[in-house]
Amino acid sequence: MPELQNFTMNFGPQHPAAHGVLRLVVEVDGEVIRKADPHIGLLHRGTEKLAESKPFNQSIGYMDRLDYVSMMCNEHAYVLAIERLLGVTAPPRAQYIRVLFDELTRITNHLLWLGSHALDIGAMSVFLYCFREREDIMDMYEAVSGARMHATYYRPGGVHRDLPDTMPRYEPSRFRSRRELKRLNAAREGSLLDFIAAFADRFPSCVDEYEELLTDNRIWKQRTVGIGVVDPETALAYGFTGPMLRGSGVAWDLRKTQPYEVYADLDFEIPIGRHGDCYDRYLVRMAEMRQSVRLVRQCVDWLRTHPGPVHLDDYKIVPPPRAVMKHDMEALIHHFKLFSEGYSVPEGETYAAVEHPKGEFGIYLVSDGANKPYRLRIRAPGFAHLAALDMMVRGHMIADLVAVIGTQDIVFGEIDR
Amino acid sequence: MRPSSPETLVARIREVLPDLAAPTVVRDEVTIEVPESRWLGVAQTLRDEEGLNFEQLVDLTAVDYLGYGQVQWTTHEATSVGFSRAVLVAPPDPALQEGDRPRFKVVVHLLSVRGNRRLRVKIVPAVREGLLILPSSVTLWPSADWYEREVFDLFGIVFEGHPDLRRILTDYGFVGHPFRKDFPLSGHVEVRYDPGQKRVIQEPVSIEPRVLVPRVVRPIAERPDGSPADA
Repeated sequence: MPELQNFTMNFGPQHPAAHGVLRLVVEVDGEVIRKADPHIGLLHRGTEKLAESKPFNQSIGYMDRLDYVSMMCNEHAYVLAIERLLGVTAPPRAQYIRVLFDELTRITNHLLWLGSHALDIGAMSVFLYCFREREDIMDMYEAVSGARMHATYYRPGGVHRDLPDTMPRYEPSRFRSRRELKRLNAAREGSLLDFIAAFADRFPSCVDEYEELLTDNRIWKQRTVGIGVVDPETALAYGFTGPMLRGSGVAWDLRKTQPYEVYADLDFEIPIGRHGDCYDRYLVRMAEMRQSVRLVRQCVDWLRTHPGPVHLDDYKIVPPPRAVMKHDMEALIHHFKLFSEGYSVPEGETYAAVEHPKGEFGIYLVSDGANKPYRLRIRAPGFAHLAALDMMVRGHMIADLVAVIGTQDIVFGEIDR
Repeated sequence: MRPSSPETLVARIREVLPDLAAPTVVRDEVTIEVPESRWLGVAQTLRDEEGLNFEQLVDLTAVDYLGYGQVQWTTHEATSVGFSRAVLVAPPDPALQEGDRPRFKVVVHLLSVRGNRRLRVKIVPAVREGLLILPSSVTLWPSADWYEREVFDLFGIVFEGHPDLRRILTDYGFVGHPFRKDFPLSGHVEVRYDPGQKRVIQEPVSIEPRVLVPRVVRPIAERPDGSPADA
């Protein structure tokens, strides 16, 4: 009888369950995985090197394109790092707007994660429901920044502009009946804050719907319970952060433990898991969406009653308003210098980390006093998670590999940078 | 749980590792510099010693200090026809070490979840036989695995004792270390599909590297609220 040998299989880089361009070289013994070697870098764009050749503000747009499903959270870490080196703080209203959009971003990220994770495992309909709600958040992005995804909305010293008083509406067309149009525009009669408030009222029941489809679903549990179990010590040693760490039962959330912006004044809880398997991480993320809604509500209430500036008044960092530039030469010069040369950031280095939907997203920024970063380092949470893929899937079936990739919430924009 | 104060961390480090250079604290961020020969021992202490407990290696990266603080456009002298758009790029000497000022530093960010504190560690890799060498910390923190592969790929620093030191982000068969400062932004080669040979071929890059916005260093004016700019 010939000696049985392990079989080496290639997975990806163009596989629907690979969540982007992941190539895996998997060594299997029958259906059981003995070793998984991820080959990454197919989406490497050298963001860190590109940023070294541009003034500080011109790299904000690149941050959106790192983790392209949680755009504003990426910007947040970068902007925080610059602000720390400049020694400035954004005005309170800007901080609340940032927290509001961070939490909305967390919801979009988790919705996309939930939809694609469920689709990978075989639950088709959740995907459609998730994208229905995600569309509303894309509309909020568009209303506030003009872009559905790559917003470039956060700026050093605040945010680009204040929240709009009107919400864009659907226009009549021969494909929509008047009743349909009225239904679509029902929440869009007021300001953006009204639209967000209506969303926050509606969204918890949507989460209930997803949970109804999955939480007690027998097939869902068979595919996720006891799969990819990570104990707390291993999770820490492998550099896990965010829901991956909390799913293993470690109550660590930068919003609570090392609060930035106004998180210290807001009321929310950190959900944690107990077993550290895919099912617990699913539950953690579902609970996080509910907590995010809570935070969104608090921010909306605060923002309704506290008008004020949304960025600093310092023309060395923030461009002057158009109206002022029409009659003030000084302001015009500031505007020109800011958009041609940029501002110089004092010499020094800092590490700014935010609680990104996927974990700890950090920016290590080194400045030598010039108008461009000397070195920009992006600490992406997914990179550490994917590095642990081999450890998580050893001994599991090939089908579980897909569940583990799904539970890690992999997005290649941030892993390959 | 509030973050623990940097003063207690500094005191504890001085107590446990008295022979190291004193930690620096800037904006509540604590940094220590560790000689390459002592890195693994210090790392072990940082991870296991009570009061430090850095059980997580959050990030490991490197910085290339070639041309640090160098400007590309000096504006002190204006001619009668104004400033020229020309940019002076003095080619920096790409030696691995210039005198006693090291060119590369490996920067490690550690996090203690139990004690809620962060620490930045800087290590200067040794230069031996034309290679930059640093002992690998994979045995202490498994998360260092891919970070060290990345630093090897992008900066060419060799981690001694790493179980699987391969390139990670760049293409199969890539030559050079792209994040070094003497590596041009546009790279050395470009790829295209050649219909004659019916395959993708590599050619020398056809675009000239150019500077769109020159690098300038300016003192920062005083802020409107009167706070000094370099605080």
